[in-house]
Amino acid sequence: MAGIYIHIPFCKKACHYCNFHFSTTKHLMPQMLNAINKEIILRKNELAETVDTVYFGGGTPSLLSIKDLQLITNNLKEHYLINNNAELTLEANPDDITKEKLIGWKNCGINRLSIGIQSFNEEELVWMNRAHNATQAINNLQLALQYFNNISIDLIYGTPLLTNKQWLQNIQTVAALNIPHISCYALTVEEGTALNKMILQGKKQNTNADKQAQHFEMLMQWAFENNYEHYEISNFAKHGFKSKHNSSYWQGKNYVGIGPSAHSYNGTQRKWNIANNALYIKNVEQAIVLFEEETLTATQQLNEFLMIALRTNEGICFTDKRWKIINDNFKKEILSTAKKWQSTNHLLISEKNIYLTNKGKFLADGIAADLFQLS
Amino acid sequence: MKNIRNFCIIAHIDHGKSTLADRLLEHTKTISERDMQAQVLDDMDLEREKGITIKSHAIQINYHFKGEEYILNLIDTPGHVDFSYEVSRALAACEGALLLVDASQGIQAQTISNLYLAIDNNLEIIPVINKIDMDGAMIPEVTDQIVDLIGCKPEEILLASGKSGIGIEEILETIVQRIPAPKGNADEPLQALIFDSVFNSFRGIIVYYKILNGIIKKGDRIKFIATAAEYEAQEVGVLKLSMTPKTEVKAGDVGYVITGIKNAKEIKVGDTITVAGSNTEAIKGFEEVKPMVFAGIFPVNTDEFEELRDCMEKLQLNDASLTFELETSQALGFGFRCGFLGLLHMEIIQERLEREFNQTVITTVPNVSFNAYTTRGEKLLVNNPAEMPEATKLDRIEEPYIKAQIITQSDYIGNIMTLCLGKRGILINQSYITTTRVELIFEMPLTEIVFDFYDKLKSQTRGYASFDYHPIGYRDADIVRMDILLNGDKVDALGSLIHRSRAQDFGRKLCEKLKELLTRQQFQIAIQAAIGAKVIARENISAMRKDVTAKCYGGDISRKRKLLEKQKEGKKRMRQIGNVEVPQEAFLAVLKLD
Repeated sequence: MAGIYIHIPFCKKACHYCNFHFSTTKHLMPQMLNAINKEIILRKNELAETVDTVYFGGGTPSLLSIKDLQLITNNLKEHYLINNNAELTLEANPDDITKEKLIGWKNCGINRLSIGIQSFNEEELVWMNRAHNATQAINNLQLALQYFNNISIDLIYGTPLLTNKQWLQNIQTVAALNIPHISCYALTVEEGTALNKMILQGKKQNTNADKQAQHFEMLMQWAFENNYEHYEISNFAKHGFKSKHNSSYWQGKNYVGIGPSAHSYNGTQRKWNIANNALYIKNVEQAIVLFEEETLTATQQLNEFLMIALRTNEGICFTDKRWKIINDNFKKEILSTAKKWQSTNHLLISEKNIYLTNKGKFLADGIAADLFQLS
Repeated sequence: MKNIRNFCIIAHIDHGKSTLADRLLEHTKTISERDMQAQVLDDMDLEREKGITIKSHAIQINYHFKGEEYILNLIDTPGHVDFSYEVSRALAACEGALLLVDASQGIQAQTISNLYLAIDNNLEIIPVINKIDMDGAMIPEVTDQIVDLIGCKPEEILLASGKSGIGIEEILETIVQRIPAPKGNADEPLQALIFDSVFNSFRGIIVYYKILNGIIKKGDRIKFIATAAEYEAQEVGVLKLSMTPKTEVKAGDVGYVITGIKNAKEIKVGDTITVAGSNTEAIKGFEEVKPMVFAGIFPVNTDEFEELRDCMEKLQLNDASLTFELETSQALGFGFRCGFLGLLHMEIIQERLEREFNQTVITTVPNVSFNAYTTRGEKLLVNNPAEMPEATKLDRIEEPYIKAQIITQSDYIGNIMTLCLGKRGILINQSYITTTRVELIFEMPLTEIVFDFYDKLKSQTRGYASFDYHPIGYRDADIVRMDILLNGDKVDALGSLIHRSRAQDFGRKLCEKLKELLTRQQFQIAIQAAIGAKVIARENISAMRKDVTAKCYGGDISRKRKLLEKQKEGKKRMRQIGNVEVPQEAFLAVLKLD
């Protein structure tokens, strides 16, 4: 059980809020694809297990030509043990979706799309500096639904423009179209982004924590009424449609990340490739993958487990092997801290796990930090 | 005895006292150039950095002049207002003083007040203008200032540069010629004035004295008059660059004695040493040094209290002016209520704890010592907000006043007036030292300078003001205890004693500052300032509604874990007041309010 992540670091346009690694000039695209294909081969021995999920993220992987995508998927199949019914997800922007592309993706073996809709509201899309408009969002989503049944869309809430009513309309659209999976993110103003700069300069309004909390509340209510399972803080799925790839991160499974800035994890070590396209290419051409790495101490592994598991509806599961290896003193401390949060209705402790109540989901970070052990 | 000269140097901070002292030692070969470490007289790191002499020292200089050998004892004096009593005792041990004035800065408040102390002690004053080779030296102006001040002739003023060694020989000659030899009689019973003491971890307390009359011999049984304690003089000697043991030290000379005493508290500066069993009179002028400023000192982690106690005790061994007693705070746990000579002294203690003992501490709001009279007619000395009786049981409160002397350029009179009158000062006198330099005398409550007076004075005058003060007794005052409450729970460590007219403004600023420093929690936090039951200021911190980050995928996990681990570390260091977590900065920031 393992996953592969492929990072395609190019975008048509820079969304103002985005802090992922990408470039808006595409002249390095051919070399980049060569390098990615080369890294795939260079690292083929890192994963001994079968691969159950492949995820093309970015950047904007839907920018790739079908031919280029095919080269990568064939390359993967050639050098890794890809399970026959593996989940192959591709992140796609609405403006890249055409009938031809949809067919091409299917032919490459892609069986799940994650579409960056973000909003169905025109004004908001402009505010975010997205490449698509509201019409494209709805039309191309409907087009995609004709070819793919396993579709996820991203939505952003808690932006200054978005009223409660508009937010409700956005999620109601999802239910009306019967989209089986959505990821909803509270707009986060990250350092170094254009949005952050504009807010500091007073050109854009900042986010409001209370409003974000309201939207989150509405979202949970909506999910409950429409039969979406709230299986991770920001992820909601109809029965059978949880993201296998993302779930593997939360289950602590191994993954290999290919491409600039991509992260890999093998159970004790995490490494991340250099986040610089030119340097990445130059070095991979000489068969060198530049990366930084950290080896997690037992306490760090424990803390990561608490932090990630708490965000899922499985919670901190007592049958999880990551729980079983914790020493008894730590377990006692964690449980006693958890009890404190149970008394304020933020956590529930059952026979088999510790998990967040809806009230607790708002404060998941603080609660996780409180459960942490310090080395 | 006729070949002994005892002298000190009176100078403002930065006017070059230590450098000049170095040159005198070098020139007379008291110290070889190889041993020369700049400013040898200041041997604590802290002193060298702050450029002030905290603990005074003495050193013997051998000087050959016109075929005769002279012994010049240079007694170094501390240069800051907090230590004025120690200065006065060092001066009392001398017959003469070099009045050292920076050629570009002119006379400063501190110079004047120490000069007056020297004149009171009948010292022969030798005026020296220092740093004459600096750009911006104003020799004629400074000459006029000195002539006006001490009434000497312009030609009596020596010109020098400690930095380049100009005028050093002339200074030495003048010391021999103008400063009288000490008067005293070696045949009379022993009378020696203690002007300083230091702690040595191997030898215990080393006492520095000047002998007025008699002889002190190794092996003598000696008595300290103020404490009536008797000890054997295990070692006596004179102070060269290091201690030089002798069999005896005679009247007129300056020396040291080691008795095996381990605790600085047993030695009082200003006390008189005599022989055991005699009823020789004490030398006049002895006073118990009283702390002027009080504050709580607490360990950062409550479990480090014992360690802190140990360090405080060690520190007190060599700084007898530091007093402390146990204090318990709900917010900060066990700690000490400490008494300091002044704010600088407090800062020094804090820094010495950090540097020499590796103790990081939380210091609470400093306050002065108040007299509280209860309705039942009792008089209480209140050094701590928590000790102040309830308003209903209080008849009246008295606060200490000081006479503040400020010397500045005339351009800044307006600013200083505004500052001092705003701090409840009363202008007593204003006089021009020269056409552009003014001396202002105020009477002010000491509590008003405890907070931010120095910083304000500095900024209001761009640094062109010097300041000195002396306590002048207690006066009636409308002092109230202001409490800070978090969600209704009193934070004892943030309580303060303050003049009623100041309470509202101070309370408001404190609440605002705390609002900045407290983090949001999952409930609302009310920050209140109150006098008794009356709330005078309030701020709210709204509840944290949502802290959960949006994304937690493969590339986010590491960063997020580190962030939360840091958060957890920070929380561990917080103090719990009721249900509110208070970071340590909150306790410290109070000291740094505008």
